[in-house]
This record gives sequence, structure tokens and C-alpha cells, in this order.
Amino acid sequence: MSGHDSKYFTTTKKGEIHELKEELNSQYKDKKKDAVKKVIAAMTVGKDVSMLFTDVVNCMQTENLELKKLVYLYLINYAKSHPDLAILAVNTFVKDSQDPNPLIRALAVRTMGCIRVDKITEYLCDPLQRCLKDEDPYVRKTAAVCVAKLHDINAELVEDRGFLEALKDMISDSNPMVVANAVAALAEIQEGSSKLIFEITNHTLFKLLAALNECTEWGQVFILDALSKYKAKDARDAENIVERVTPRLQHANCAVVLSAVKVILQQMELITSVDVVRNLCKKMAPPLVTLLSAEPEIQYVALRNINLIVQRRPSILAHEIKVFFCKYNDPIYVKMEKLEIMIKLASDRNIDQVLLEFKEYATEVDVDFVRKAVRAIGRCAIKLDRAAERCINVLLELIKIKVNYVVQEAIIVIKDIFRRYPNMYESIIATLCESLDTLDEPEAKASMIWIIGEYAERIDNADELLESFLESFPEEPAQVQLQLLTAAVKLFLKKPTEGPQQMIQVVLNNATQETDNPDLRDRAYVYWRLLSTDPEAAKDVVLAEKPTISDDSNMLDQSLLDDLLANIATLASVYHKPPDAFVSRTRPTQQRDEDEEYAEQDSGTGDTSAPLSEAGQVSGGYQGASPSSPLPPPGGYGAPPRATVPPSGPPPPAAAVVPDLLGDLMGLDNALVPVGPVTPATPAGPPLPVLLSAQDGQGLQICGQLIRRDGQVFYSLRFENNTQMPLDGFMIQFNKNLFGLASAGPLQVPLLQPGGSANTLLPMVLFQNVAPGPPRSVLQVAVKNNQQPVWYFEGKVQLQALFLEDGQMERSTFLETWKSLPDSHEVSKDLPNAIITNSEATLERLLKTNLFFIARRTLKDTNQEVLYLSGKVPPNVPFLVELTFLVGYPSVKCAVKTPSPEMAPLFFEAMESLLR
Amino acid sequence: MPVAASAIYFLNLRGDVLINRLYRDDVGGNMVDAFRTHIMQTKDLGTCPVRQIGGCSFLYMRISNVYIVTVVSSNANAACAFKFVVEAVALFKSYFGGAFDEDAIRNNFVLIYELLDEIMDFGYPQNLSPEILKLYITQEGVRSPFSTKPQDMRPPANATLQVTGAVGWRREGLVYKKNEVFLDIVESVNLLMSQKGNTLRCDVTGKILMKCFLSGMPDLKLGLNDKIGLEKEAQAKARPSRSGKTIELDDVTFHQCVNLTRFNTEKTVSFVPPDGEFELMKYRITEGINLPFRVLPSIKELGRTRMEVNVKVKSLFGAKMFALGVVVKVPVPKHTAKANFQVTAGRAKYNAALDCLVWKVRKFPGGQTELTMSAEVELISTMVEKKSWTRPPIQMEFQVPMFTASGLRVRFLKVWEKSGYSTVEWVRYITRAGSYEIRC
Repeated sequence: MSGHDSKYFTTTKKGEIHELKEELNSQYKDKKKDAVKKVIAAMTVGKDVSMLFTDVVNCMQTENLELKKLVYLYLINYAKSHPDLAILAVNTFVKDSQDPNPLIRALAVRTMGCIRVDKITEYLCDPLQRCLKDEDPYVRKTAAVCVAKLHDINAELVEDRGFLEALKDMISDSNPMVVANAVAALAEIQEGSSKLIFEITNHTLFKLLAALNECTEWGQVFILDALSKYKAKDARDAENIVERVTPRLQHANCAVVLSAVKVILQQMELITSVDVVRNLCKKMAPPLVTLLSAEPEIQYVALRNINLIVQRRPSILAHEIKVFFCKYNDPIYVKMEKLEIMIKLASDRNIDQVLLEFKEYATEVDVDFVRKAVRAIGRCAIKLDRAAERCINVLLELIKIKVNYVVQEAIIVIKDIFRRYPNMYESIIATLCESLDTLDEPEAKASMIWIIGEYAERIDNADELLESFLESFPEEPAQVQLQLLTAAVKLFLKKPTEGPQQMIQVVLNNATQETDNPDLRDRAYVYWRLLSTDPEAAKDVVLAEKPTISDDSNMLDQSLLDDLLANIATLASVYHKPPDAFVSRTRPTQQRDEDEEYAEQDSGTGDTSAPLSEAGQVSGGYQGASPSSPLPPPGGYGAPPRATVPPSGPPPPAAAVVPDLLGDLMGLDNALVPVGPVTPATPAGPPLPVLLSAQDGQGLQICGQLIRRDGQVFYSLRFENNTQMPLDGFMIQFNKNLFGLASAGPLQVPLLQPGGSANTLLPMVLFQNVAPGPPRSVLQVAVKNNQQPVWYFEGKVQLQALFLEDGQMERSTFLETWKSLPDSHEVSKDLPNAIITNSEATLERLLKTNLFFIARRTLKDTNQEVLYLSGKVPPNVPFLVELTFLVGYPSVKCAVKTPSPEMAPLFFEAMESLLR
Repeated sequence: MPVAASAIYFLNLRGDVLINRLYRDDVGGNMVDAFRTHIMQTKDLGTCPVRQIGGCSFLYMRISNVYIVTVVSSNANAACAFKFVVEAVALFKSYFGGAFDEDAIRNNFVLIYELLDEIMDFGYPQNLSPEILKLYITQEGVRSPFSTKPQDMRPPANATLQVTGAVGWRREGLVYKKNEVFLDIVESVNLLMSQKGNTLRCDVTGKILMKCFLSGMPDLKLGLNDKIGLEKEAQAKARPSRSGKTIELDDVTFHQCVNLTRFNTEKTVSFVPPDGEFELMKYRITEGINLPFRVLPSIKELGRTRMEVNVKVKSLFGAKMFALGVVVKVPVPKHTAKANFQVTAGRAKYNAALDCLVWKVRKFPGGQTELTMSAEVELISTMVEKKSWTRPPIQMEFQVPMFTASGLRVRFLKVWEKSGYSTVEWVRYITRAGSYEIRC
């Protein structure tokens, strides 16, 4: 009962299009239909039949469903290239969306959603609105998916028209397939949006679980995938979900099974009962094994996923290793994956069986598979120390077969085994040496040379063996050259006799002079120098004990594994890469120029009240639009995309840092504070110095420094919680210090969630608990919270935060004070890192920290400039400052005269950081 | 995201597009070129069914002489994508009446377009049940030759309800004069045996195929001699289960018509079957398998130019039964010149294309019957040292009617329909070789 459509592919070439045109306009229905079929056939083989657009669209108004579908198909293909003509179809679409036949209603909406042309999209909204509420579930399930299509074209339109709400209501629909499609659409919209659109609540959870029992197999996949993102409240909630999902494991559809496994694994993390978990593991094993009797491509997907699952829960398949034994006729990609899983499941209990298998595989035909099998034996040896000897025996048996690539692969893994178990299996070196001359692969050669060098003292003829490799030294690949060099040095250090000495000369000469590989040359020079200066040191370096290696068969790190397990059955789990690594989120956007945008707004039809942050998502819908639209857009038209963002929000923090660093250090009371709604408690600016690192604080990081604002000293602090638990109840205490700094109020830090951070400004008072003794700039602080022990750390008292506002002096007062102070009170220091490139700007900056300008002069002979400034630190200590410098050159000489010269070092520190 | 595809291409072996459908515009129309140049025309073809090229992932499988390529750019559900293709091909086959190949696609392209539009929307698989789709998607391919007028003007009024309904696989109002059910229990035995005769791996994958010709909306309940089902039943009836062979199923999967929740709680297989032929369930068994055949090979390499092959096959099933189409393939080296055979039954010859000695026995009697094939193989002497011959396993094919390697039996099949008609049930058993391999 096969069809005979192939006849439509055979058309006469000459005048074909013209002929088709005539037939399309024929009065006879059958002829018309045949003509459309021919057009579609031509389209299928890649011929351009877009010039028939008008004629084909004319056939659209037909009672014949088959013909209608063909025309629709044609439209989907060519509407994009003929947006102006596509408009001809709009009326029929709209009419069809009200047809009494639900199949036609659904068809119209489904097709309209596939045509990404503005004018069609505009007209889609009303029919879509109707169809979302259609009495027929078939139409509703089609409309649900259509919302996702529209969102992809014009997200704002979807929001403005309330389609999202309609979609959410559909979760409560009486028809399970409608529910499933609505869930799929919502999940997709959520994925492409930064806002919270679709979240499974207690209520929806119940609905979804109910629909799960009744919808089609694919619908079950949609629902299960959505459920896998649901975070259960507690263990009981999780157990409930798992209980409802577990029957799905018996489904014949592999996608349902894998998605069910995904949900169960996710929820299992929350389940605390050991029995429940063990029971679930037991239930999951058989369905996973059954997946291996599906089509090889599906087996491959399943195996890649099983690889992840056994990394997290090895117990699930611990007893099922036999099912991963390769069949002779398995495709190579299935064999490779099975091998990988066998290594992961290998244990002391089953290793004998596994080794027999590996040995069998090592004699098969496919070279890559054989190599992997040999390597697998080595990996098992490294993983299971009790089985290492058995593994090595198998490797030796394989070497005896003398198949070249098997031997080479075996030598590579044996090198690793030697590293893992030093001084245990060296007796086999003699056997390895027998195959020396057959080695031709760099990695195998390098491994063998490494072995000779490492065990040079036990191999009687080590020098001869190395010599044989040396002949071809210049032609060898870098990998082998490097190993030869190191091995020669090892040999010389272990047997410093004449032969090796000559050899080392030759090698070093070769490696330093006749190579252009910098790695090799540098390594050779290092050895040379070591050997010529201190051979003992060379021994320590070259013959140093090496860290032991471990098995790499569980190589994915935990966070990546978590990520991948949450994506079971998807491509991420097949590639073993997180989705971001291979999915580019950027959708092709087309910018429209400004005038066009304003023209649109002037016409007064646009509703531009939509939030601007969404503007970027809209653009897709405008591609191909012509500037002068012949039809007024219907109401509810979204805001057009904008090229520029108006300055309504705060400028990005990066911009605030740019002007100058100095101002920031002095306090944030100047232009650097963002104009936006940034509260004083969250100062923007350069990062504060770290006082307590996350490492020392068991995950709590504290940064902070003293700042001055409005004549008041604050301790600007930042707390970051990198622990796994929320932290609260923060308290702070200061040890006695030079200025008696202490907190003037309680530390106000909110509860810190894991990963959260908080900034705070702690007002400070002075002279509360002054430390006696010589002045030290150290500020010792203790911080505690309700969860952690008390943390002690040290900050610095930065003098620049303490300069008083009333430090200004008259010139005469300055001179008087200068003179009245004895010379012993004058201290000067060169600040090598300070630089002044523009004295005006510098003065302005200094003024902001309450260092006031008095006078300036230029030294004639050296062209140096001298600035005089005054300042005052609490309680009332004046500082008279003289800065001598050459503009634009580093190093500033700073002299201060003050009644408290013991504080001068602090002053210099402050000055140096101000003038950096 | 449960999206399964952005685009689907059907290509012939040369790489020509036979038919394609774009579901989303996040992949370019020329992506198939990338597939051609980066996969089809390289030796990578067949090394991995999922590949990423540029920003797109390609998932492909070959079915007869057609490559079916699914292209996606998002993190799609790969399991869903492959399963969709498998199911779609099954659907096409049921429409075309069997074959799925290049010619079938060309001959039915209008129908395929129509189906592709129906079974997937925006990359999301929809209802793929042939039974239901045939209600409203009709083409020459399926139309009865007697109907003169196209009947697609007005599909049955309730078609849409059926597609989306809870029983989305059976239509209402079926009437048969004679209500019949045919059950086929088909088992494939997979075996891997070592040279020494140790069983390395042995399992049975079975399926129960059903052909229903039942009126109305019948409720069916199937009883097997499996352990869990029997125990549950015994519990319910509060009496010990009858003695007799019970078997333990490792795993079962069911057609979507089976109520899984009910299976989970009551361990009964109850369902409303689709009309016509379908696969009711699949199962897997690893314990207590009765192997139908035992193979004892002995292969001796006598010097560099001669080999002696001796294969003894013994039937282990009941004396009243017999196996059909028994084929034993014994691999020999590539440089085999000829072989002289002696067989106690059947015919044997050397097949150079397969590098195998192929021994065929049309009808193999049961009851511990032993048949042997011995051969003297002459090899071409080669001067070059060949790399040692890796002996692939001996493979065997067979069919044994009325025998199940697992011992599974249908205990009952109950049919309830509100009209209360009586039904006739037919049950057949057959065991086939899956991958039946003996290393030598």
C-alpha cells in the first residue's frame, strides 16, 4: 500500500516554473493539489520555488485539509524571505483559527507560530488568546506550545498579553496532555529568562504528579524534567515525590526512564533514611540495565549517563558488572563506554573476571579499543593495590603476544604502575627490555626511557640501552628528547662512571646547541649548571622522591558531577560538560536604528511602558520588518528595543572607580559615591583590604579599613560568607590601640546566607582604650558570631582617616609653630614609591583628607618643588609638613615637625599611600 | 529542557537530503552541510552518534539506507531525541506497510511532511501512536483501494479528543465479529561463553507481542508465572501459591497502555490494549536460564598452513521440540584457501566474505541430540609474518518454537468488556538467538 509520490520529483526541466504556475491556478482541484505537491517536492530537493509564493498562497483557501497542510508547509519555508507576501496569508490564518474543525484551528495556530514574521506575529495574538481557552484539548495543547514560540520571537508581547498567566492556569487543565505541553512551554520560557516565571509550588506539584499518570510518554518526559528542578522542602516531601515517580522506571520509553532516574537521584540527596536510599538504589539498577538492550545510539546515551551515576552512587550497579561486558558486535562507541564503566565498577571481588575480559578485548581487531583495554588493565592496577600483581601478569602475557601496539600501550601503563608502587615490580623490567627495538610511538618510547633512567642502578646495561636511543636523538619528538635528557642525568648520578659521563656530555651538547626547543634547552642548562656546581644538589633535585599517583577513573569533580546529574538524559550528560560550555545563549538580535524607533513612537500606537530591562529580548521579532508598515500594529504592541540605556539606574560600579584611587582611600564623601540610590551602608569603590581570609576564617572573609566621613571615623567592613551555613549574631571588639579606637555602636550585620555578603559602616570613637607604650599602627580586632569561634585579626590604623577638619593654619601660625618646635621634633624620610605628577591635583586630593596647603616654592638649583602643608590628628596634635619633590619623578622627601615625633612613621605611611 | 530537536534531516547514503523539517530557527538551514563534511565524509562516521560541530549538536542514526540526523543548539534531551526518531520510524513503517528506506521516503514524502508536522511541535514530541494518527492523517499510503472519494474532508469528530485523551492509543467504537487475541512470547538468548565452557554472561531479553482484534473498550489482565506476581496473588487470596516453576524477572518495561501505578502496587499487568499489533512488554532475566544449545569447539592450528576445526553442538531442549534455521559460524583467518568438511547433518561451506565456516542445519532435533561438523582448513602460506590471528567468537543463530529459555508461561489472559462477549486467546512461544557467542 505504498505511496507513489516519487513521481512528483520527476518534472521536465524546461519551463518548469511556468508550467507549475499554470497548474497552480487550475480550476481542477486534483490538478492544483498535484501542482502543490510538485512545488513541495522541488522545495525538498533544494530548488528555489519562492517565486511561486502568490500562486501557492492562493491555494490556501481550500476545504481540503491535505492541500491546506501543504500550503502551510510552503509558507513556513518561504515566509521569511517574502515577509510582504506572507501578509496575504494572514486573513486565511485568522479565519482558519475560528474554523469549526478543531484540527484546522490547531493547525492555523501551530503554523502561525512557526512563521517568524512581524506582521504574522501581530495577528497571532488574538487567535492565540482564543485558542488558549478553546473547548477542545487538542487546540489548547497546540496553543500552549505556541506561547513558547511567540515568547521566542517577542517575549514582551507574551507578557503584555497575559499569556504567561494563561499558561500557568493550564497546569490545572483537566487534560493531561495540555498540562504536559504547558509545563514544557513554561520550562522553556523560564530557561531563557532571568526573572522567576515558573516555579513548582506545593499546589502545582500535586497537579503535575497527577498528570504524570495519565499523559503520553513524551508528556511524562516534560513533566519529569520539570520536576527534576523542584527543590523538595524536606526528606518527607522528597520521599513522597520519589514514591510517585518510581513506577515510571518500568516504562518502555527510555527517555521516561532516564528522566525518572534524574528526578529520583535529585530527591535522594535530601532523603536521610538509609533504608529508603538503599531500596531506591535497588530499584534503579534493573531499568538502567534494561536500557542496554535498546538501539546502540540509545545505549550510548544511557552508558554516558550510567558513567555519571556510578560516580555518585557506585552501589547501584556494583553487582551488575557483567552486563557491561562487551559483545563482539557492539559498535565501537558502545564498547568504549562499557570499558570505562567496567573500570569504575572493578573491585577486589570481581577483578579476576574483569581481567579475563580485558585480556580478551586486547586481542580484538579495533586498534583504539585494544589500546583502551590495555590501558584499562593498568588503571585497575593503580586503583586496586591488592590486584596490582595480577594486572601486571596479564600485561606481561599480552606483551608476549608481541603485537606491536599492545606492547607499546602496556609499557605506557607499566610506567604508571611503577610510579604507583615503587620498588615492587621492577623484576619485570628485563621482560620489557626485550621489546625495546619495536617501540616506535613517542609516548611508549618516553615511558620506556623513563623506566630505564629511574631504575638505572638495577639495569646492568642501562647505559647501552640509553645509548641505543641516543643515536636518533635529534630526530626524536620533544617528549622523547626530554625523557632521554633526564634519564641520562639520572644514569650519571647513579653510576658516575666514564661511560655515562661521556653520554651526558653528548646529550647536554645536543640539547643545548642543536635544538630550537626552549623547554629542552632550558632543562639541559639547568642540569648542566646543577651538575657543574653541586652534584649533591643535583641528586636532590633529579632523584627526588616523587609524589604517588592515584587512579583517575573518577575524574569529574563534585560540583561538575552535581551539575551533570541534574542534567541526566540531556546532551550535557552525554558530553560530560556543563550546559553553558556548549550552548550559546545569545540569540541573533537585530538592532534597529533610532529614527525608526521614534517614528514608531510618534505614531502613538506603541505602548512603551514595558520595563526597559526587557528591551533586549524583543528584538528577534523585528527582523525583516520594513520601516513603513502598511498596517497599524494592533494594541498591546511591545516597547521597541533601544540601543542606549537611559541613566535611570546607578552607573556600573566599575565607572565609579575610574576617576582616581586616592579619593576612595580617603573616604567616600566625594563625587565618587554613586549618585544612585546607594545607601551609606554599601560603599562602592575599590575592594577593601582583606583582614581575615576565608581560609583562616573557615569560610568567613572579612575586609575592612578605617575611613573618614563628615568628620567622623568609620570602620568600613565587608563580610563574606563562603561557608555552607547561614551566619548571624556578629559582634566586634577592639583591643587597646594607639588612638584608643573603639566602636561607637553595635555592629550591624544581617544574617548572612551561604554565599552572601554584607557591607557595613561601623561608627568609631577615639580614646576609649588607649594602649600605653610606643605608638604602633596595629589595630587588633576580634569578631564573633553565633556559629563560629571567635576570630582575631589585625588591621592597620590609617592616619589619613584621622586627620581633623580643623587642621588648617594661617601662614604666620605655621611659621611660628615651626620655629617654636625644637629641631629634634623634625623627622624626615624619603618616600621612594610616592610620586607627584601634578601638584595642583595632589593638593586638592590632600585637602580632601584634611591636609591643608600653606605655601610652595621652587628650588632654583635643582628645579625641585617644595610644598608646605598642615594637618592635625586627635586629640590635638599638629603636623607641619614639608614635601620636596621633582614633578613627575618618583620619590618624595617628606619632612614633618610635630610635638609628637614618635607618630611620624605613621604619618609617613599615610603620606606614602596618599601619594602613590 | 525536554526539547528533542531543532531540525530533522533524512539523508541517503550519499548525503542528499531526502526530506527535512525545521522546527526552530536556532539552527541554520545549512547545518546539514556541516554534517556531511565533518561526519559523513570522514572516518568518524560511526565512531560516535552524538557530535558537536560549531554551536550545534548532531545526533544521528542509520536505519537501512537512510541517515536520520537530529540537529539541536540547546541542551536538548538526547534520550528523547533518539527515542523520538526510533518511534517516528516505527510510525512511518506502519503507514508504509513495512519497509523504511530511501524509496519509501521518496514515495511518501507528502505523508511524511504531514506526520512530521503532527508528531512534533517546536521540537517537543507529541502523540506518536499510529493507531490514533491514522484516524485523521490519511494518505494514499494507507487509504483503502476501494474508497473512491478522499475521506479526509471531515475526520471523525472525536479524533482530537482521542489524541489528547488518557487512552490516547485506542479509538472508540471498534467492532469485530470474532473477538480474538494473539500472544507471542519471543525470547532472545544472549550468551557469552569462554573457551573452557564457563558462562561469562547469559541473559534473556523477552518481549510479549500482542495482536488484538477486540470490540469496544476492553480491560485486559495478564498473568504470568513470575515470582512477584504469584506471591502477590497468593497474599491476596491468603493461601500458599501452588507449587510449580516460578521465574524471577530482573526487569520489566511496559507499553504505555499498561497502568504502571497499578503494577507497582498490585503487581498485576492490566491495560486497555491498542487495536492491532503492539509490543505489550519487555523483560529481562539472568537467573535460571535453560540454554537451548551447548557448543563444544576445538580449533587446532597445525603449522602455518593448516587448521583443524571441530565443532560439536548439542540440543538441550525437550525431545518433542526441534530448532529451525540453525546456523553456526566459525571464524577462520583471512588467508584461508579452502576447507574440507564432514558433517553429521546439514551443510557446511567456507564463506570468504565473512571469513567464516558456515554450517547450516535446517531442522535440529531436541532431546540431547549431538551433531558435529569437522573441517580441515588450508591456509595460504605467506612469507610475511602476519600479526597473530585474533580469534573472534563462534556465533550461532537459531529459532526454537514452543520453547522459552526463561521458562516463562502465560497463566491467564482475562478480557472484560461491558458487552460481555467471549474471546478466543492464542499463545505462541519462540526462542531465538540474540548474540549467542562462544569464544574459541
